Amino acid sequence: MAWVDTILQGLLLGGLYALFATGLSLIFGVMRIVNLAHGDLSILAAFLAVVVVETLGWNPFAALVVVVPLLAALGYALQSLVLNRLLGRGILPPILVTFGLSIIIQNALLETFSADSRRLDPGGIETASVALGSQLAVGWFPLITLAVAVLILVGLQLVIGRLSLGRAFRAVSDDQETAELMGIDHRRLYALAMALSLAIVAIAGVFLGIRTTFTFASGPDRLLFAFEAVIIGGLGSLWGTLVGGAVLGIAQTVGAKLSPAWGILSGHLVFLAVLLLRPQGLFTKARRVA
Amino acid sequence: MTRAAHAAGFRIERTTRAGRAGLVAAVLVLAALVTVPRWGDASTMRILVEFIALLVLAQMWNLLAGYAGLVSIGQQAYVGLGGYALLVLADDLGVNPFAAVPLAGLVAAALALPTAALVFRFQGGYFAVGTWAIAEVYRLLVANSSALGRGSGRTLKAVFPLARETRELTTYFLALAIGVAALVAVYAFLRSRWGLGLMAIRDSEPGSEALGIDVFRTKLGVYLGVAFGTGMTGALIYLNLLRVSPDAAFSINWTAYPIFIVVIGGIGSLEGPLIGTALFFLTRELLADQGAWYMILLGALAVGAMLVYPRGLWGLVADRWDVRVFPVQRRVAWDRPAREP
Repeated sequence: MAWVDTILQGLLLGGLYALFATGLSLIFGVMRIVNLAHGDLSILAAFLAVVVVETLGWNPFAALVVVVPLLAALGYALQSLVLNRLLGRGILPPILVTFGLSIIIQNALLETFSADSRRLDPGGIETASVALGSQLAVGWFPLITLAVAVLILVGLQLVIGRLSLGRAFRAVSDDQETAELMGIDHRRLYALAMALSLAIVAIAGVFLGIRTTFTFASGPDRLLFAFEAVIIGGLGSLWGTLVGGAVLGIAQTVGAKLSPAWGILSGHLVFLAVLLLRPQGLFTKARRVA
Repeated sequence: MTRAAHAAGFRIERTTRAGRAGLVAAVLVLAALVTVPRWGDASTMRILVEFIALLVLAQMWNLLAGYAGLVSIGQQAYVGLGGYALLVLADDLGVNPFAAVPLAGLVAAALALPTAALVFRFQGGYFAVGTWAIAEVYRLLVANSSALGRGSGRTLKAVFPLARETRELTTYFLALAIGVAALVAVYAFLRSRWGLGLMAIRDSEPGSEALGIDVFRTKLGVYLGVAFGTGMTGALIYLNLLRVSPDAAFSINWTAYPIFIVVIGGIGSLEGPLIGTALFFLTRELLADQGAWYMILLGALAVGAMLVYPRGLWGLVADRWDVRVFPVQRRVAWDRPAREP
C-alpha cells in the first residue's frame, strides 16, 4: 500500500509540473522560443504573493487575483518591449536575453528578499487530506492543484481550438508570413501568448509556494522540470504535458522513497531514458518540427 | 593567389595591418606575463590564473555558440568534470597533478560524446535547456558519490608535498601555456578549411550542406573540442583553488560569466572575449562587495548589448575603424584598375 501511496503522490505532483510545463510549451508552440527565465518568473510570482499576503493579510489563494494579472502584464510588456525586438535575428538573441533575465531576476530576488526560504500559508488546507479507503489518503491541496492543471489545459484547448485568438496562434505558428498577409499582427499575438504563459506561470508559482518552501534560487529547477515534462510528454502536445508531468512526478517520488537523495536525480534519469528510447515523447501524435 | 585571380585584378587577403600590430602586441603582453613571477606576488599570479581561466572559458563558449551556433547553458558540466577528474587522477591514481590537467580535459571530452548523443537531439532553445539539465545530472551524480566526497566535496591532496612556491609557479606557467594554446588553437582552427566550413554553417546550414560540408560532424567536432578545453580549464581552476565541491564546480556561473563576457565583449569574434574578460575583472574589482548587484549589472549589460549592439563592444570598434586584430575573414582586395587598351 505504501507504494500505491507513493505513486499516487507522484501523480498529483505531476499536476504541479504540468502547470509549469504548459506555459513553456505554449510559448514554444506559438513563437518557437524557449523562455529561460520561465522558472525564475514563477518564483517572482511566489514572492509577490508573499508581499500581498504580508501587507494585506490575504489568503495566498486570494493573492492570485493580484499576482496573475501582474505577471500577465509583465509578460505582455516583456514580449512587446524586449523580445519582439529580437524577431528574425535567429535563435541566439532570445536564448541569451531570457538567460540574462533569469540571472537578473534571481539576484534581484536575493537583494530584495534575502537568501531565506519562504512559504505561503493558506491556513490549514495544505495539510488536510481525504481518506481513500482505510490505508490511503490524498491531500486536498495536491488534488486541487491537479484539478486546476486539468481545468487550465481544458481552457487552453478550447481557446486554441475554438476561439479566433487560438486560430491566430495556430496560423502564426504554422506560417507567420502568410498569417501576416491575412491581417494578423504577429507581434501583438506574441505579446498575448507571453501574457497567457506568464499568467499560468503565476498560478504555478503560487501553488508551488503553498506546497513547499522556496528561495530566490528555486527558479532554474522549475524550468528544468517543466522542460523535462514537455519532452517526456511529447513536444507540441498539450495533454502530453500532463502525462509528462505525471511521469516526472512519479519518478521523483519513487526515487525519493528508495533513497531521499535520489528523488530529483531519478526524475532526470527517467527524462534521459525517454530521450534515448523515445525522443518524440510518450504522447505525441504527429512529429512536429522543433 | 591564383593566376586567374591575378588576371581578374583582385587578390584574396587575410592579413591586416591591425593584425600585424596585434601580433606584436600579443608577443609583448606574453613577454610581460612571463616576467610576472619575478616581480609579482602570489596573489597577482592567482588573479592572473583566474583571468586566463575565464578567458579560455569565454573563448570556448564563443566558439561553441558564436561560431557553431550551439548555444549551450551547460558548460559548467565540463568545468565540474574537469575539476573532479583532476582530483581522481592526481589523488586516487597517483598521476602528477600538473600532467593531470590536460588528461582531465580528455576525460571531459570522452564524457562529452555520450552527452552529445543526447543533447544533439535538440535544437535552439531546447538544446540550451537540455545541456543545462544534463549538467544538473552530472552535479547530482557527483554529489551522491561517497568516493567523491558527496555534497561537501574533497580537497586536492596531491600538491601538499610540493613547496608552495613551486606549486604556484608551475600553476601559473601551466595557465599561461593553456591560455596561449587555447587562443592559438581557436585562431588556427577558424582560419583553417574546417573553420571556413563552420562559418559557412553559421551563415546558412542548408547552403553549406549543399557545398559538401558535413554539418553534423563539424558541430560534433567543435562540441568535443570545446569540452576538452573547458574540462582542462576546470582542472586548472581547481588546481588553483584546491577545494572541489559539487555545488561550486558545477555552478551555472561557469557558464553565466563566459556568456556575459562574450555577449558584452562581442560574440563571434576573437577580440570580443578578450575585451569582455578585461571588463569583467575591472568591474568586479570596483564592485567587490556587491555580489548580487554585480550580477544584475552584468545581466543588464548583456541584455542591453543583445538588444542594441548584438556584436558587442568589439563589433562597435570593428565597424567604426574597420580593424581586425585576429583576422579570420577572407576579403577581396582589388588591384589598381587595369589599364584598358
